[in-house]
Amino acid sequence: MPQAMRDIKRRIRSVTSTKQITKAMELVSSAKLRKARGKLEKTRPYFNTIVRSIQEILASSAGIKHPFLENREVKKSAYIVVTADRGLAGGYNGNVIKLAEEYAKDKKEESVIVAIGQKGKDHFTRRGYEVAGEFLHISENPQYYDAASIGNLVVELYKEKQVDEVFLVYTHFKSAISFEATTLKLLPAESIKDDVEQKRTALIEYEPSPEEVLSYLIPKYVQSAIYGALIEASASEQGARRNAMKSATDNAEEMIDDLQLSYNRARQATITQEIAEIVGGAEALK
Amino acid sequence: MANFKLEIVTPDRKFFEEEVEMIVVRGQEGDLGILANHTPLVTPLDIGRIKIKQNGEFKQAAIAGGYIEVGKEKTTIISDSAEWPEEIDLARAKEAKRRAEERLDHASKSEVDLMRAEVALRKALNRINVADKHF
Repeated sequence: MPQAMRDIKRRIRSVTSTKQITKAMELVSSAKLRKARGKLEKTRPYFNTIVRSIQEILASSAGIKHPFLENREVKKSAYIVVTADRGLAGGYNGNVIKLAEEYAKDKKEESVIVAIGQKGKDHFTRRGYEVAGEFLHISENPQYYDAASIGNLVVELYKEKQVDEVFLVYTHFKSAISFEATTLKLLPAESIKDDVEQKRTALIEYEPSPEEVLSYLIPKYVQSAIYGALIEASASEQGARRNAMKSATDNAEEMIDDLQLSYNRARQATITQEIAEIVGGAEALK
Repeated sequence: MANFKLEIVTPDRKFFEEEVEMIVVRGQEGDLGILANHTPLVTPLDIGRIKIKQNGEFKQAAIAGGYIEVGKEKTTIISDSAEWPEEIDLARAKEAKRRAEERLDHASKSEVDLMRAEVALRKALNRINVADKHF
C-alpha cells in the first residue's frame, strides 16, 4: 500500500506542474488575445471601407477591360495559407491546412503555396508542394508592410502569368470561442463585385484613366485583404490557443481531483489495515 | 455653404469622419479641390498634405499616398497613414530623411531599392513640411 500511495503522490506532483504550465500559457494567450482583438477592431473599418469602395467602383466599371479583372483559363492557382509559427493551439493550424489541401490536393502540380507561418511552411514543403514564398514570424503581430510585400509577391506572380488565380486561406475570427477557416478569392478581382446589386449606374470619373486607377486600386485591395486576414488570423490564433490551454488546465484539474481521491482512499485503507493489525496483535496477547 | 461628409481611414484607425465644407488633396496629376456635390470621382493620391475646410477654417494633415473616392453621399480617402501636424514625430521624420538620403547616395543599389528610398524620403519630407507649417 505505501508503495501505491507514493506513486499517486508522484503523479499528482507531475500533473500539477503540467497544469501550472498550461495555466501560464492560457494567461499569456488571454493577454495577447485582448491586444489582437483591439487591433482587429481598429482594422475592420478600414477593411470594410476599402472592400465597399472597390465593390462600388467595380460595379460601375462594367465596360472596362483590365488584366486583373479578366478570367483566364486556370493552369495554376496560388494559395496564400495563413498559419501560426507555433503549435499548441488546438485545431487552429490543422483546420486551415486541411481547408487549403481540400483545394490543392488533387492538383499538386497546378498549385503554388505562399506560406505564412512556420507550421504551414513545414507542412507544405514536407509534402512536396511548390512554395513560392514564405513569411515567418509575422503572424503574432502582423504589420501593414508585411501584408504589402505578400500582396506584391502574388500580384507579381499573377502579372507574369505564373499563376492564373489567387486564393487566400485564413481563419476568420467570429468570437472569442469560435473561429472558422475560410477562403477568399483575390484575383482575378471579377468575383468581388458579384455580391453587389448591379443597379448602380452612377458614372464615375477616373483620373488619369480607368485602367490606371484600377492598376493602382486592385493591388491595394489585395494588400488590404491580406492585411485584414493576417489580423483576423492572429486574433484567432490567440483565441484558439487560449481555449486549448484552458481545456488542458481543466483536464489537469479534474485529473488531480481524481488522483487526490484515490490517494485519500489508499491512505485510509492503510490506516484501517494498521488498526486491524494492532487490534489483532492485542487480541493475540490476551 | 453646402457641406459633405468626409471619411479618412488608415489601416490602424479611423482618422477622420465629419462634415466638411471643402477639401484640397494632392492627386497624382496635381492638386484637387473638392466641394459638395462634386461628380463621382476616383483617383490615386500622391504623398502630400490634405487641407480640410470646416467652419471657414483650414486644417491640415499629412497623408502618405492612397486614393480618394468621391461619391454621392460621402467622400472617402483611404491611405496607408495619416497624421495631424501635432502628431508628427519631427525627430523621427528627420532621422528617416537622413537615412533615405544616405541610401540614395550609395547609388549602387537596385532599381527597387532606389524607388523605396525615394518614397521614404518623400514621406519624410512631407511630414517635416506639414509639421513645420504648424509651429
